[in-house]
Amino acid sequence: MSKRDLLSMDDLSRADVELILDTAESFVPILHRDIKKVPTLRGRTIVNFFYEASTRTSSSFDLAAKRLSADTIALKKSGSAIEKGESLKDTILTLSAYSPDIIVIRHPSAGACRLVARHTSASVINAGDGKFQHPTQCLLDLFTLRQTFGHSLDGMKVAIVGDILHSRVARSDIQGFRMLGMEVTLIGPPTLMPRDAETLGVAVEYDLASLKKYDVIYLLRIQRERMAEGANFIPSLREYAAVWGITKNKLRKGQKVMHPGPINRGVEISAEVADDPDTLILQQVESGLATRMAILYRTIVGYADGAEEEV
Amino acid sequence: MIATAPTGLWCSRGTKAELFIRGARVVDPLAGLDDVLDVLVSKGRVAAVGAGLRAPEGVRVVDGAGKLLMPGFVDIHTHLRVPGRQDEEDIASGTAAAAVGGYVAVFSMANTDPVIDTAPVAQALARRAQEEALVPTGFYAAVSRGQRGEQLAEMHELAQAGVVGFSDDGLPIDSACLLRRALQYASTTGRYVAVHAQDASLTRGGSMHEGAVSARLGVGGMPSIAESAEVARDCEVAGYEDGRLHVCHVSAAASLEHLARARDAGVRVTAEVTPHHLTLTDEAVLGLDPNLKMNPPLRTEADRAALVRALADGLIDCVATDHAPHAPEEKEVPFEEAPFGTIGLETAFATLFDVLVESGAISLPVLVERMSQAPARIARMPLPTIEERQEANLCLADPHAGWTVDRATLRSRSCNSAWLGASLRARVQLTVAAGRLVYDALA
Repeated sequence: MSKRDLLSMDDLSRADVELILDTAESFVPILHRDIKKVPTLRGRTIVNFFYEASTRTSSSFDLAAKRLSADTIALKKSGSAIEKGESLKDTILTLSAYSPDIIVIRHPSAGACRLVARHTSASVINAGDGKFQHPTQCLLDLFTLRQTFGHSLDGMKVAIVGDILHSRVARSDIQGFRMLGMEVTLIGPPTLMPRDAETLGVAVEYDLASLKKYDVIYLLRIQRERMAEGANFIPSLREYAAVWGITKNKLRKGQKVMHPGPINRGVEISAEVADDPDTLILQQVESGLATRMAILYRTIVGYADGAEEEV
Repeated sequence: MIATAPTGLWCSRGTKAELFIRGARVVDPLAGLDDVLDVLVSKGRVAAVGAGLRAPEGVRVVDGAGKLLMPGFVDIHTHLRVPGRQDEEDIASGTAAAAVGGYVAVFSMANTDPVIDTAPVAQALARRAQEEALVPTGFYAAVSRGQRGEQLAEMHELAQAGVVGFSDDGLPIDSACLLRRALQYASTTGRYVAVHAQDASLTRGGSMHEGAVSARLGVGGMPSIAESAEVARDCEVAGYEDGRLHVCHVSAAASLEHLARARDAGVRVTAEVTPHHLTLTDEAVLGLDPNLKMNPPLRTEADRAALVRALADGLIDCVATDHAPHAPEEKEVPFEEAPFGTIGLETAFATLFDVLVESGAISLPVLVERMSQAPARIARMPLPTIEERQEANLCLADPHAGWTVDRATLRSRSCNSAWLGASLRARVQLTVAAGRLVYDALA
């Protein structure tokens, strides 16, 4: 069987997505047992290669692999031979010499995952590349939505608010949300909106006037680390917070708020909203574990129905 | 104008070609030819052109049936990477690639290491070309010392050394004042100033055209206005000083409006367009293949179509390849980290014939003019032509040969081709440059 990569949401059909979400659901009970481990991927090797800082994604991939009894190798940019000038290609060739089953990679440049996939026989899972894609975040967001709203998300309205331009989460989520029938609106200052954003099949707005009409508000962080010095995307965080920051009084009761993290309290989200029971941020983190277990599992056993083994 | 040396072209010596090409379609707009004819090349010169000629005893006869015989092409925008990056290309490998592509003259840009910004560097290159170049080779010199955009290079000495023109290509000229001074000063040398027109403040952090595809990929954009606004500025300055401006690799439809306006106002401005901008669009970048990363970037279908029309109607004077070799380790990196550029000498005619001539977008005689005589006119060198008594500078191509662009068969030292792996139909099979048979796939 040829290897199955997950580089972008384009690699998944709607049926694939539904299957991953169903698989994730079947893994949830495991996570509430006393012994939170199954032998499903025993003897499999998974490399977690994080070229860029990460808390949630790297910890949940690591734990997901361990819950499934796979052997893991964790590699970060700092402390690896990359700091000695080794190229990405050579690092991947080196890691591939251990014949891993899966390489999970995060990298600051779009296209890094494709390069990796070309140079390894392992399946490659994109854990975030540049501003391009973050498909596993999208899948865990969909899983969170299903857990919250039930199986059909059809016709639901979601607004993605904030720094769209620099967000790989937004690019994957737009695809995933639309795939499951949701209506997507992007909201943010024009300086942080991609040119021709409406070609992504979304509505585009520049203020929060319509905020109350959405079922879900998906917030994004201002990605200061991706903004060049003096690029002037926004005059100040203070002003951003005043105009586009989400505070309790701007929301309608019952509106769910999501955020991929890390959050900046007082900027895109007020502390009150961050800690509100209608905010799903911690559910997202929890979903991340079951969803990534499902992704690892599906990557190895295959996506077709019937290939399923007992877990 | 103060008297200076003419445009220099240097190549190694070799045996003069003796050839009889029978029954090819001879397409030479300068000579007014588009007929099936026989052509005799003797002692490196075109000795006879006509129908039903007899091949002299002992001369090699090449069957031209179904093939195209054209004046050889001239590339006024090549990067031979000498001095400094001979691992990527050198004069021998670059001119071998040129010969494969049907080129009979190439002009190499000055963004080398060290930069070609003094006469001794230019003279040293001329001497090297005299030993190593398969195809006549000329050089640009930088506009500013070290291409730093501050102090003018010594243009008179450089002109005396035979450089074709002045260019900081690879880098825009940020300062309008420097451009003004360069145009003023270069006018006394009879040379033009070739610009990489781009407002760098609008492209910082960008790797591709800004639009629907970059929105999808999340890759930093290089908007069309970065080029068009700069073209407008440069045309204004050139008009004000009556300088000779050449706009390199035009990529955006919006730039054409400024060019047209300047032309109508009598500004002395010429322009070139690359084969990749004429045949590919930003849709090709969706796979994030670093070989499709170039500067200026591939733009939209509307831009591409406008460039084709502008080349057909002459608003854009000529085709130039911007042949930009890069080492494999430089291109085998994630798209956003890769350097800009594609090689192009070996595929230029094939891609343009396949895409533009076969579709009827541009006629073969017009394409030949834009690849051969028009750029030669800009460079102020003798025009390649298939006329009796002229030095033989010609190429023979099979319009339907069918071939694959393959790493192993590329003559360039680098293989960063936007068409790597592509199947093309047209193919140059024989090239005579400066009277010498420099490429022969029919032997």
